[in-house]
Amino acid sequence: MTAKVEVRSVVKSFDDKVVLRDVDLVVQPHEVVCLIGSSGSGKSTMLKCINLLVEIDDGQIMLDGEEITDPSVNPNDIRQRMGIVFQAFNLFPHMNVLDNITLSPIKVHGVRKDEAVERARGLLEQFGLLDKIEEYPDRLSGGQQQRVAVVRALATQPELMLFDEVTSALDPELVAEVLGVIRGLKEEGMTMIIATHEMGFARDVADQVCFLDNGVILEKGEPGKIFSEPEQPRTRQFLQRIVEAGRL
Amino acid sequence: MAHGGCGYPLRTMEANSDRETRGDSPSPGDLRSPGLWPSRQRRRGGRQMEEGARSALIAAASTVILVGIVLWWVLTSEAWPAVQRQFFNWDHFWKSFPDVVGGFWLDIKMFLIAEVLILFFALVLAMIRSLRGPAFFPLRALVVLFIDLIRGVPIILLILLLGFGIPALQLSGVPNSPLFWGVTTLIISYSAYTAEVYRAGIESVHESQRMAARSLGLTQMQTLRFVLVPQAIRNVIPALLNGFVSLQKDVALVYVLGVREGVREAQIYIAGTFNYTPYIVATILFLLVSVPVARFTDWYTERDRRRRQAVGSS
Repeated sequence: MTAKVEVRSVVKSFDDKVVLRDVDLVVQPHEVVCLIGSSGSGKSTMLKCINLLVEIDDGQIMLDGEEITDPSVNPNDIRQRMGIVFQAFNLFPHMNVLDNITLSPIKVHGVRKDEAVERARGLLEQFGLLDKIEEYPDRLSGGQQQRVAVVRALATQPELMLFDEVTSALDPELVAEVLGVIRGLKEEGMTMIIATHEMGFARDVADQVCFLDNGVILEKGEPGKIFSEPEQPRTRQFLQRIVEAGRL
Repeated sequence: MAHGGCGYPLRTMEANSDRETRGDSPSPGDLRSPGLWPSRQRRRGGRQMEEGARSALIAAASTVILVGIVLWWVLTSEAWPAVQRQFFNWDHFWKSFPDVVGGFWLDIKMFLIAEVLILFFALVLAMIRSLRGPAFFPLRALVVLFIDLIRGVPIILLILLLGFGIPALQLSGVPNSPLFWGVTTLIISYSAYTAEVYRAGIESVHESQRMAARSLGLTQMQTLRFVLVPQAIRNVIPALLNGFVSLQKDVALVYVLGVREGVREAQIYIAGTFNYTPYIVATILFLLVSVPVARFTDWYTERDRRRRQAVGSS
């Protein structure tokens, strides 16, 4: 079976700071992979590399067996097939919720306007945001903004979803709701890569957990194994600190 | 945002404590949009109202006195009769008025047509200059070259160069009206400046907005058009309005090509009478348009600043 995403020996530096050194990762179709590790370990950069928002220095990234890091590939075509949700929401402040969501479906995917609006309404309802459809982002709470951002990414009907610490800014009672939605997406067969600091969330939803440390994937495996009997001392140390902080 | 966060509450607190110590009760006006009008809110307290009225009185009195002194000094000076004859002659004023106003109407039309086209071309230039990636290098370089060249040459020289130069070539199919080339030169010159205004606006939009748009599959052009430019324009409206004021006066430069706009009409009248009152007519006409635009710019800038602070502190 062809892997959905395959990251091969990827290297990325910003100026003289090496952020990813020789990272390998295979994500099977319908698999949910969680990336854990301290801030600055490279989780976020890895997602941006997969989305081609950041150009890699060396290595390859494959999507459905096709190399997307090849210079001849049009990044726009690749980005149309995946959605990413950022930590800081990044909604467009000059557009209301509906326009934020329907911009890409209408302009990029050529969906008819009434159909895009219909789809947006359905997703907003699912996320309990239908009454905010006319609002502008600065009128929404951080939690509401992030849910709109998730809807905006889902509205393009991506084959792969990337989440960059999306629950970090959410109100506690909304984390569960997002978790539910991600489980729903998993049941629908969505392939997802999730960078997160929420260990309970990762253990709950992931098929595979990768512990990143200083630009390399130090350890990966099923969540039960990583969280209960980690092999690497660095992983144990990291998880120990998480437990001490009361986050696991 | 941080600005609004600190500036506001401080001032409001100050106003409140003033009121408390002096035992004034808040006037009903304070309930309207609290914190939005700090200076006015401050003045609305009873004691402050008195103070406000007194300062207004002092300002008015000192203005009247100063203007009176200057007027007296000017009108009683020995040179005044000659100045009045040369510049403030009512007879010449009314005789030249129709022609100068007619010419000035052409100035207004040139300004309006040029401004619309400038806003469009400048935006196109700025968008091209904001494209990233090696493939767009030649386009970017061309735009930079154009902007540098145009901005580096005095506008009057460009007007002479194109306004006299191109009609002299007598190319077929190319207009040879001085009016056409005069306005075209203004458009070219102002587009270069205005493009830089737009570009500053585009660069002021946070990088994460570009990233979010690109992640949704939007092309660079779509990102500019739907995400960056709408936010950029809002940021640079005061600077654009400032350009309006400037262009509204610079249209008069095309008089050197013999275009019969306001200044040219005044000059023609003066050539026959050697009286300079028509220049005063033209001056008044230009001021009648440019001063309100300048006031509007200030008003708009202030209102926008206040709105942003209101959002930032809420």
